[in-house]
Amino acid sequence: MSAPLHELGFLEAADALAQKTVSSAELTAALLDRSEKLEPALNSLTWFDREAALAQARAADAARAAGDARPFLGVPIAIKDLLNVKGQPCTAGSNILKGYVAPYDATVIARLRAAGCVFVSRTNTDEFAMGGSTETSAYGPTRNPWDVARVPGGSSGGSAAAVAARLAPAALASDTGGSIRQPAAFCGVTGFKPTYGRVPRYGCTAFASSLDQVGPISRSVEDAAAVYQLIAGLDPRDSTTSPRPVEDVLPAVRAARDLKGLKLGLPKEYFVEGLDPEIEQLTRAAVDQCRALGAEIVDVELPHSRYGIACYYILAPAEASANLARYDGVRYGFRAEAGDLQEMYEQTRARGFGAEVKRRVILGTYVLSSGFHDAYYLRAQKVRTLIRGDFERAFARCDAILGPVTPTPAFRVGEKTSDPVQMYLGDVFTVNVNLAGICGLSVPCGFTAAGLPAGLHVVGPAFREDLALKIGAAYQHATEWHRKRPVDPQGGRP
Amino acid sequence: MAMKFSENADRMDARYVAGLARMALSDAEAAQLQGQLDDILAFIGELKQLDVSGVEATDVATEARNAWREDVPEAGLARDVALANAPLARHEQFAVPKVIE
Repeated sequence: MSAPLHELGFLEAADALAQKTVSSAELTAALLDRSEKLEPALNSLTWFDREAALAQARAADAARAAGDARPFLGVPIAIKDLLNVKGQPCTAGSNILKGYVAPYDATVIARLRAAGCVFVSRTNTDEFAMGGSTETSAYGPTRNPWDVARVPGGSSGGSAAAVAARLAPAALASDTGGSIRQPAAFCGVTGFKPTYGRVPRYGCTAFASSLDQVGPISRSVEDAAAVYQLIAGLDPRDSTTSPRPVEDVLPAVRAARDLKGLKLGLPKEYFVEGLDPEIEQLTRAAVDQCRALGAEIVDVELPHSRYGIACYYILAPAEASANLARYDGVRYGFRAEAGDLQEMYEQTRARGFGAEVKRRVILGTYVLSSGFHDAYYLRAQKVRTLIRGDFERAFARCDAILGPVTPTPAFRVGEKTSDPVQMYLGDVFTVNVNLAGICGLSVPCGFTAAGLPAGLHVVGPAFREDLALKIGAAYQHATEWHRKRPVDPQGGRP
Repeated sequence: MAMKFSENADRMDARYVAGLARMALSDAEAAQLQGQLDDILAFIGELKQLDVSGVEATDVATEARNAWREDVPEAGLARDVALANAPLARHEQFAVPKVIE
């Protein structure tokens, strides 16, 4: 085989394993070797256990030798450190969960396990997925493989950086306000947030339950589609999951060559002041490429877009303040010793949570408190209805919506940590997709003059994953951006 | 408990609200968070510009309705497994500091 093993994508690895040109143990070992070499510079992983991963890989190889022909048997995948994998730590990037060992598999993990996948490593995340840079992790910031002085985005920055740096062919991640798509854009990889209700969250550490969704980060849309299909579908343990059957989208995604017959909407609200000129130019070039592939580009309006961030930063902290009430030092995780119960709670949470989590818990508690609930929380829920309505009207005029994923390329580590509002504004193009509960794909669409990746956002209607993925796949068939790879970073962290 | 919110709805006492969330704050933390939260509240306050009269609230964007299952017992976590992550367990129970004086 000519290309090094760590270059194999998710589907390529499955093919190589099926043809027995490589074993899962060889592939897994190659990824672990590479992780050991590059992690001092990247810090994209919170945990890996060579012996445990290799034991899983050898078991897959033995099963294959005995005639087991499951298509993804032995394919390695990295997992965001927010999803429970039985017997592995699960910290959510927080000190309050240090030492916690997952007693069960999340549903998405159980499904990957049933498919035969090898859990090769756990990826860094902003604490409880609250952040857009992976800087709020208790394990320290992850670095962007394209420029280690810059952030990889977040909260799934570890997953995006690890996939970009070829530490894994694909990774699971989660997206509450852009946490899959934004880091995918910053790291030049593909990220997919399915429709709310498409993928079960049982066993995914909860942040904001009306918004959280699990999805893949990979190096191609085909690989994202393959992982998505493995994890999607009804789960009796997550009552928000849809009973709709998950159709096999892979043949259509692999065959996608053009965009003929499709109307793609371009919202004027996405090309406004504050959008980096290079990002705008790269996005417009990608839109031109879609037009050249046969799509009809139509103007659409999303008039309430500008209220999305304010709406999100009321609803998500409110839900987080309720979800994080469970971290009280009683059943799991860190406990501060104290004389009485109340002080134990207060000191456990004071010492266990980092600054961003505290900000959001306080904000969420405030907007839910008596006297302020209607002015903030209820009003935000009504604005959410207006934002959903915008998309419903837009999708009456077009099949899917195109735009930038992020207003800027990856920023420098430390650049926005002292100014939360500036950090939150980075979610401007992604949060509305979560608020509306629809699906969104980020595909690489070029590089700035400084060599930083940009992402094209393909937003599809609810349960039209097939459409978003086909559009992304046709775009990738015509372009090479997703094949570009960063130069391996040398040495330790700057 | 005395009302400690300021008269102005866009001002809040960070330490008081942190107390409601059972979270102690140091003086330095309270001062820094207060300033940042004031900025965030000013920012999210822009929703007040919108007329939402007559608009229904969206609590969750899903087509799913209440989920039911057969009312039969299922195996949960075994007691020793559930207790394995406890900071302190005694007599097969989670142990906490004394509540009653």
